[in-house]
Amino acid sequence: MSFLFNSFSGWKQYCLDHNISLYEAVIEYEIAQRGKEEQAIWDGLLAAYQVMRDAVETGLREEMTSRSGMINNGAKKVYKHPVAVLSPEFQKLISRALAAKEVNSCMGRVVAAPTAGASGILPGTLYTLQEIHRLSDRSILEGLLIGAGIALIIEEKASLAGAVGGCQAETGSAAAMAAGAMVHCLGGTVDQIFNAVAITIQCMLGLVCDPVAGLVEVPCVVRNASAAAIANSSAQIALADVSAVIPVDECVDAMGEIGASMESKYKETAMGGLAATLTGQDISKRVLIQDIEMLPDEDLPE
Amino acid sequence: MSGKSSVFDMIGPVMIGPSSSHTAGVVRIARAAIRVLGAKPDKAELTFYNSFARTYEGHGSDKAIIGGLMDFKTDDPKIKQAFEIAKEQGLEYKFKSVGNASVYHPNTIKLNISKGEQKVEVIGESLGGGLINIAFVDGFNADFTAQSHTLIIKAQDISGAIAFISSVIAQEKANIATMSVSRKGKNDEACHVIEMDSGIQAITIEYLRSIPWIKQIIYIPDIDL
Repeated sequence: MSFLFNSFSGWKQYCLDHNISLYEAVIEYEIAQRGKEEQAIWDGLLAAYQVMRDAVETGLREEMTSRSGMINNGAKKVYKHPVAVLSPEFQKLISRALAAKEVNSCMGRVVAAPTAGASGILPGTLYTLQEIHRLSDRSILEGLLIGAGIALIIEEKASLAGAVGGCQAETGSAAAMAAGAMVHCLGGTVDQIFNAVAITIQCMLGLVCDPVAGLVEVPCVVRNASAAAIANSSAQIALADVSAVIPVDECVDAMGEIGASMESKYKETAMGGLAATLTGQDISKRVLIQDIEMLPDEDLPE
Repeated sequence: MSGKSSVFDMIGPVMIGPSSSHTAGVVRIARAAIRVLGAKPDKAELTFYNSFARTYEGHGSDKAIIGGLMDFKTDDPKIKQAFEIAKEQGLEYKFKSVGNASVYHPNTIKLNISKGEQKVEVIGESLGGGLINIAFVDGFNADFTAQSHTLIIKAQDISGAIAFISSVIAQEKANIATMSVSRKGKNDEACHVIEMDSGIQAITIEYLRSIPWIKQIIYIPDIDL
């Protein structure tokens, strides 16, 4: 019986009991649940990572204007800007997370990891980490497996959907996956990996899903960049053995509790927050279809 | 559906953006609909209901559904150029928005599609995360996900029909995951919708087709294949 990804403490204990690493427990799970061959899992991960890399490069190379016009080649502007606020690496990280997410907003091909709304975070962070540390693809794929394990637990204990848990459930979960993956790729211990997840969740808690005009554009694109930055800061903190104090399982419970008590206007309905601002409402009137037929009561379909 | 998510639900699916319910799910609904029709249509009238009515254009669901009607997969980059390609292929289409069909799921699409004389009406729901439910086929309750292997059998409403059909499927060692039957009236036309964990052979479908009281069989393997 493989481990069923219902808690982080259980994941750690299972790996200790069976003398395997975190990512191997994820492979066992996938083989047991889906009857897959191990090689097919590695092939699938490599294919997904290749789509992530392509999304980063496409977003920095091709025209990226969304149908609403709210997204307009921001990633390229950031990438080429002459002033690097921190370092050229930070500038690249931010522009890559933006790039992959812009590709999503502009009907390009992405990996929903864990969701389409958060599809810039793993590509931006892992592409940049691999470049800086000259990591092998194999190491990145192990990181993706750990990210998948993290997401499986969050899905089980809280939610990955903005409509259920707000933006924390989407970009927060993606950032937690990225932080755990990064600490693994840099040789961190199980405790450091889980600490990175806990710290990331602490930083992302409470974030609402308030997309302007209901489109996956504003603020989703810039939040992919900020989530990528938070994943990096959490990894930096966790690698130094600074404790999150609140254990990771309890952080996920807090995320679930906050999501459950969040008002529905902050859950992807475009009724609150930025969507409800004057400008947000103006944009909504401009881009959404106004010519809608309303059925008289007797014509309502049965 | 297996109760547990896959690693590739977390790192995936690979899809065309921007949203799994507005693009991936919509493409799948259209792919299911053309399998019900048995052909790629040359005419399509597409009605977006409720939440979809306002947002389908901004999310590119219009391109997604036209791409799906041309049998593009959920990760096909050609979806972005679906309108241009539809023009080349001679697919005529029309969109409608209806805002208050409260009996339907928030994200519902009705597809009236035809190829020559053949036509079909399919009503599909995009449930989130790219998952779909085909709720109605030609007015019959259908309720299938198109994620496993689906048989739709339209037959005369006679006694023993369900036992007969399920015994034929049992011969194939295909496990039935869900089965629903609805009928227009007693001894009128009945519609059997059967979802199976594995596929069945063409010869079995031919055999069922030869049964006099069976009028029509539609076989839909996993929609993403």
